[in-house]
Amino acid sequence: MKLDLSVLDAPRGARAMEQGALAPDLDPKLAACFPLPAVTDLDSFEKEVVEMVKPSHGTTTLGFIFKHGVIIAVDSRATMGSYISSQTVKKVIEINPFLLGTMAGGAADCQFWQRNLGQQCRLYELQNGKRITVRAASKLLSNTMFSYRGMGLSMGTMVAGYDTTGPGLYYVDSDGQRTKGQRFSVGSGSLYAYGVLDAGYSHDMSVEDAIELGRRSIYHATFRDCASGGTVSVYHVTADGWTKVGGDDVGELHFKYYPQPELHPSNATEVLA
Amino acid sequence: MGSWSPYDDNGGTILAVAGEDYCIVAASTRMSTGYSILTRDSSKMLQLSPKVVIASAGMQADAATLHKNLQIKNVMYQHNHARPMGVSAVAQLLANTLYYKRFFPYYTFNLVAGLDAEGRGAVYNYDAIGSYERCGYFCQGSGKGLIQPVLDNQLKAASPLLVPAQNTLSNLPLDKALDLVKDAFVSAGERDIYTGDQVEILIITATGTRREELQLKLD
Repeated sequence: MKLDLSVLDAPRGARAMEQGALAPDLDPKLAACFPLPAVTDLDSFEKEVVEMVKPSHGTTTLGFIFKHGVIIAVDSRATMGSYISSQTVKKVIEINPFLLGTMAGGAADCQFWQRNLGQQCRLYELQNGKRITVRAASKLLSNTMFSYRGMGLSMGTMVAGYDTTGPGLYYVDSDGQRTKGQRFSVGSGSLYAYGVLDAGYSHDMSVEDAIELGRRSIYHATFRDCASGGTVSVYHVTADGWTKVGGDDVGELHFKYYPQPELHPSNATEVLA
Repeated sequence: MGSWSPYDDNGGTILAVAGEDYCIVAASTRMSTGYSILTRDSSKMLQLSPKVVIASAGMQADAATLHKNLQIKNVMYQHNHARPMGVSAVAQLLANTLYYKRFFPYYTFNLVAGLDAEGRGAVYNYDAIGSYERCGYFCQGSGKGLIQPVLDNQLKAASPLLVPAQNTLSNLPLDKALDLVKDAFVSAGERDIYTGDQVEILIITATGTRREELQLKLD
């Protein structure tokens, strides 16, 4: 069997530039090849770029494994600096009917690389005749992240799915970190979500309780974190794939959980009555 | 000695509104640098096909190059597929084109607008490096902070993320939406120094694209 060692060849980007070929994004053969600006100090330039273009940011996402599969819950707010650029961002990326990825950090980085992961997963299926495991899919993503390490990508994602080994949940970020786990929360509001999630979690929860826990954790994070808000979306992943089980506006959830806002615990109690 | 930057912000505001069977795209035509006006009648829009328009605010040099590259890809697509690109295909193409310049971005804030395959209005909004989502209306550019809240107030529809799903397009008729767009630009022109002169408005419907021009104050 002839081994494919093309991965050991010199980087295609460098070669193409020498031959004066088409620019990287016009040449269909050069996938994922990114031209760099010809500056002496790349790091400072990239820092300035981030300041200037202010890519969409800010979020709360969480995921946990329990007896009946995996629950993923996310908010839907995107911020550019202090401007709320959207309240309706889709932060759960449907990689394929059995794999979900969450979005935290740079929206474009998450969207692009998780779409790329979906393409790689499909190629795996075609080349190997079976669905990819969550373990392998998360590794493909983390290897890609590692190869761009230090270049300013910002992505903190959870890859969740169900395969022949059962439910899987991996945290992958743009530093190249990849960690398997039972419970994760990622984003600017993650600390608030962890408080509610860790307190209410039990492995043997019912599906309804698990969905409600995910929903409530995100709600509380949106209450305290200004960069999180919008709509809570909840997904449930089982052996039959994922389904979207919840989509609630956080403003309405507030009044559902606290029908008498004047009695809300965050209100100051008057010292001088 | 100051250091040179490859970027410049030429100001201006763009907005797009999607309806049940129409799509309105509007862009102010003033192009500025610093406190100077470079020209009063530059276009920020590119019509890729009878049903799809791209508008770009921010740096016009990058917008011009971006539009040129997109037109090249649009023509190649038409040769390969023997039909024009649909709005969702253009949306994905723009996202990828922007992301390929992830490490030296196009300093452009874009909107793709048109009619989808079912004839309903479609608007897609982008950040500078290509993250995108479909929405019912959006505005970009120097006057966005002045106009977006007005659109939210007048056009706000349910979020597409709600379960059970609800209608996400406002049911404002075309003439009322057009009046709203014009009012928004007039107001923005009063409070944003970079918005003024004229507004170029394209109205896309099943019968084709109509162009209107709104005069704004020249100050």
